[in-house]
Amino acid sequence: MYKFSSTDIRTWALLGQRGTLGKVLYDMIGERKNIIAMTADQGALIGFHRIQNQYPDNFINMGISEQNAIGVAAGLSNEGYIPFLAFQAAFTSLRCADQTHVAMAYMGLNIKLIGIFSGLTQGDCGPTHYALHDIALYRSFPKVTVLSPSDATQMVKVLQATSEVFSPTYIRIGGPNNLPIVYKEDFDFQIGKAITLREGKDVAIIATGSMVYNSLKAAEILSSKGISSTIMDMHTIKPLDKQAVKESLSHKLIVTVEEHSIYGGLGGAVAENLSLLKKRPPHLIIGTQGEYPHAASYSYLLEQAGLTPEKIALKIENTYKEIC
Amino acid sequence: MNDMKMLINTAQQVRKNILRMTLHAGSYGAHIGGGLSLSEILTTLYLHTMNISPKNVCNPERDRLILSKGHGAIALYAVLKEAGFISENELFSFKQDSKNFWTHPRKDPTIGIEFSSGSLGQGLSLAAGTALALRKQNNNAHIYVVIGDGECDEGSIWEAASFISHHQLDNITVIIDENKLQLDAPTQDIVNKDKLSERWQSFGFEVLTIDGHNIPDLVNAFSHRSTKKPIAIIARTIKGKGVSFIENNPEWHVHPLTQQQYEQAMEELKNV
Repeated sequence: MYKFSSTDIRTWALLGQRGTLGKVLYDMIGERKNIIAMTADQGALIGFHRIQNQYPDNFINMGISEQNAIGVAAGLSNEGYIPFLAFQAAFTSLRCADQTHVAMAYMGLNIKLIGIFSGLTQGDCGPTHYALHDIALYRSFPKVTVLSPSDATQMVKVLQATSEVFSPTYIRIGGPNNLPIVYKEDFDFQIGKAITLREGKDVAIIATGSMVYNSLKAAEILSSKGISSTIMDMHTIKPLDKQAVKESLSHKLIVTVEEHSIYGGLGGAVAENLSLLKKRPPHLIIGTQGEYPHAASYSYLLEQAGLTPEKIALKIENTYKEIC
Repeated sequence: MNDMKMLINTAQQVRKNILRMTLHAGSYGAHIGGGLSLSEILTTLYLHTMNISPKNVCNPERDRLILSKGHGAIALYAVLKEAGFISENELFSFKQDSKNFWTHPRKDPTIGIEFSSGSLGQGLSLAAGTALALRKQNNNAHIYVVIGDGECDEGSIWEAASFISHHQLDNITVIIDENKLQLDAPTQDIVNKDKLSERWQSFGFEVLTIDGHNIPDLVNAFSHRSTKKPIAIIARTIKGKGVSFIENNPEWHVHPLTQQQYEQAMEELKNV
């Protein structure tokens, strides 16, 4: 459907992951009439209006009723449709957790749930709109695949791949418009298979979502200090790519980086995977912790949380020097 | 007329099944009160109104039942047995380890259980999604959703009610099993249900209020349709209906039966 030309890639980056969602779903619905785009009053923020105008039968605005939205998506799914349901990650994970628990984890219905504004993206709205727990929740749900694309182009790949498989899926997106580009050209993407973006020997950095780009930048800083890093884009958090985690064992330090709580996210997934190994490198988990900061700009919050490239690099450098 | 007599007899047989299953479940007991209040409702749906049978259970044209008040599963199983979907052996595997039939229904399309339930307040949303899907496919099947009056405490019921009337999903009939008791106490004492009929009306439903144990009334109400309007049937029932010491007694929401209680209950049913 797409050529993944440099123009495509720049366009998607400008749209950000949310805008890309609206654009790609629009194109997918043009080809597949069993896809239904759904939102809970967030359509204007994800470019769903074009879908609404062009394909009204394939669009449902649920209004501000997230619990009902999951039930309706479940009903549609049970009759053979593929609902792509997108609203704030803070609410996809908590407001309707009981509904997703029954529909996705228990019944295994093919719902594609997309949490927008994940992590600290909607910083100006404050802690009610932070989503720093959604990976932890969905990772603990049986049957549910958890995806966290690192840029807009990977979001395109994620949407294409997930539409091809019958699997209840949680997709976590975030970041601003004009999103940094991780993938400058076409690349192979497979759910459950991490992508190695850089190879080094000292530190293995396993990152997901927005933190893949920041980790790449951090690796450049570390390189200037004589520490070489491997970077893995762990876009699929569940099922975790165990082979990729195994490959990280050849390094002196494993680091996971995520815009999510250090409890139960990617760090937890990797740590659980390593827990029975007798000999393994230490594992530094970088993410958010402690009390929620008050509302602020996204960039300020990332800085405060230690999730900028500079702060990530500094934390890795200090840890590396201390224990390796 | 013979049809009505058959349904009345079957509903009594369903009650007997419920008592036998509860006895069989031993110290677990069962949701016997709500099961007995649902006997006529589910019997009438499965053996009269709904276009569903073991033969067409996988046919897209089948009517669909969604038991939102999942704890009424004991009555559903008892009716599925009478309608030929499950065997006597399966019925009495109720609450047996490694078997399928427990407190709440688990999705099993081969016997017409469309969705798993147990967490209250979700069935009406599932019905809305199903109804939209059927409408998109020009499928004229009808969807019946059974909810409890206590379940109307759940906010998500009203989210779904708004949505259903906004989209004019007239292929949905909601049946509210108004037995006036919930686990802890009379529904009225916990959070009052005053003007329940007006509440549903104000959400855009055409509301019928009937005696939920009167089979001719149920037959009429279940076949009622209203163009562009969903139907809500408030079925006034008695929790524990048919057994004197269970009727209207909150203690029997979930309860085991002793052999002696079982015999007394069966005797009372025989005399109806």
